[in-house]
Amino acid sequence: MRRIAAFLLALSFCGATNAQSPDTGTGQTEGEAVPVYPVTVFPPSPESEDKEQRRERVVAGLSQDSVGITARYDRMDILIYGAIKREAPIPSGSLDVIVTVEAPSRPLTIWRKERKAGIWINSEKVEIGAAPGFYAVASSAPLDEILQPDWDRRYRISLPLALRAYAGQIAVKDAVPFTEALIRIRESNGLYRLDEGAVKLVDQTLFRADVRLPANLIEGDYKTRIFLLRDGKVIDVYRAPIEVRKVGLERWLYRLAFDQPLVYGLMSLAVAVFAGWGASAAFRKLRRA
Amino acid sequence: MQIFLPIAEVSVNAFTLVGLGGLVGLMSGLFGVGGGFLITPLLFFIGIPPAIAVATGANQVVASSVSGVLAHVKRKTVDFRMGGVLLAGGLIGSWLGVWVFNLLQSVGQVDLVVQLCYVVFLGLIGMMMLQESIRALRRSKNATYRRRLHQHMWVHRWPVKMKFRASGLYISVFPPLLVGLAVGVLAAIMGVGGGFIMVPAMIYLLGVPTKVVVGTSLFQIIFVTAFTTVMHAVSYNTVDIMLALLLIVGGVIGAQVGTTLGARLRAEQLRILLALLVLLVCGKLALDLVLRPDELYSITSGIE
Repeated sequence: MRRIAAFLLALSFCGATNAQSPDTGTGQTEGEAVPVYPVTVFPPSPESEDKEQRRERVVAGLSQDSVGITARYDRMDILIYGAIKREAPIPSGSLDVIVTVEAPSRPLTIWRKERKAGIWINSEKVEIGAAPGFYAVASSAPLDEILQPDWDRRYRISLPLALRAYAGQIAVKDAVPFTEALIRIRESNGLYRLDEGAVKLVDQTLFRADVRLPANLIEGDYKTRIFLLRDGKVIDVYRAPIEVRKVGLERWLYRLAFDQPLVYGLMSLAVAVFAGWGASAAFRKLRRA
Repeated sequence: MQIFLPIAEVSVNAFTLVGLGGLVGLMSGLFGVGGGFLITPLLFFIGIPPAIAVATGANQVVASSVSGVLAHVKRKTVDFRMGGVLLAGGLIGSWLGVWVFNLLQSVGQVDLVVQLCYVVFLGLIGMMMLQESIRALRRSKNATYRRRLHQHMWVHRWPVKMKFRASGLYISVFPPLLVGLAVGVLAAIMGVGGGFIMVPAMIYLLGVPTKVVVGTSLFQIIFVTAFTTVMHAVSYNTVDIMLALLLIVGGVIGAQVGTTLGARLRAEQLRILLALLVLLVCGKLALDLVLRPDELYSITSGIE
């Protein structure tokens, strides 16, 4: 019920304003930052679409809605599964599903190296106000075949659009190579991922997708979005959170390092001194024996 | 076995880290250096963020220095007074260094400066050591040469003279203070104990007898790196205790094996090997700076 209410709220919001991002679930304050890609006019909202199409809804679940980072944490798969609920016969046209999983956004700086006095040093930079630390897109078919660009812009689905905003003044002539580099670097690290065809759709009704979380996971509230598309248009969105938290020893050490840095620093020293002394004592005994 | 590092926020293989620590420990036992100059670049290489590699590297050096200095205290080859003066300079230098490090990090040039420091110092030290050890090797073949106890240089005649009994020196207090300061700055910026700079500086600049150099250098390195570790931990939360622990476990074992191994090899040959190793690391870092990198762009977290 709450989901439907939120959905309706989103609809009315879209209808009311065209110039703002309709993606209300972000929790990001964009302030006066300049959007990375200019957002022009949005397509008509689903409200004005054919009523028949809107009868299709996504019902979905996650294999887990919270992830605990323990010392043994490594890459992990999250299974996202669901069904398409409809009260009428299956309409004609192609049906597709896109799943996105997004880590909390953090500000970052992209540097470009330049040759100065014979050596390569960081010279120009572009600051990004908010870029997700992890972003995975899984779809049932290649994105450019199933998603119309204006719908992509509306929900900021594809990778370049997921970067929220530049921060401050842009000092470089052309910032696009910088954002391309950000995506390229993070793609090669496995932090940004596009898995076209990773969503398995059965009989236009059931679907599932496995999204692999990276080994270097940051804490925070992750967002999962499931888009239902008909003929390139988004007809329903389902949102679910994934809570990622350090647990146990990891959590204790992390909190100590930030809350009691002096105690933590002294503890690190004690470990080092004890290990150094212990090793030399142990080996002396070993040699005598 | 993968392990998630709580501060670095990366998952790495625990055995890789123990192995790295062991390798560096072996070097330090074999050659009598802390090994920090090797561990920090190696940590960069396996994907630990530079700030965390530097701070945690300092913590690891504490462990290997404690392990080493205990043996020297037993043999009475530590000049505590000289160590104390070097330390006084070192603490000021370390404080300065952590401050400079943070400044560089905020302007995005920390990688460059750390790399440049490595290239310059490894290059200088490597050449000096190579030259010295080749000369020593020749000398030992025709063993007629006898060195003077130590040479007096003009810096030794500065005011405020002090007696350093264990070293048999009566020199101004300022040269050791300055040497300590310089090494302290480098220790904080490069994440090293500075043994590879301190040892030659003590021999060639201060004229400290070789017998007491290693023990004294290790003695003061413990305190400088301990101070650096706490400074980094308190100011920037960049010490990863889990990472440190794994490196230390490998390091202390490697150091003991290295010491045993080192006793069976000839000192001059060992020093030539170390000099070549230092030059190799230096050459690799220099090439990285001069050659066009594969990826011109890099990402740092946060904005000004």
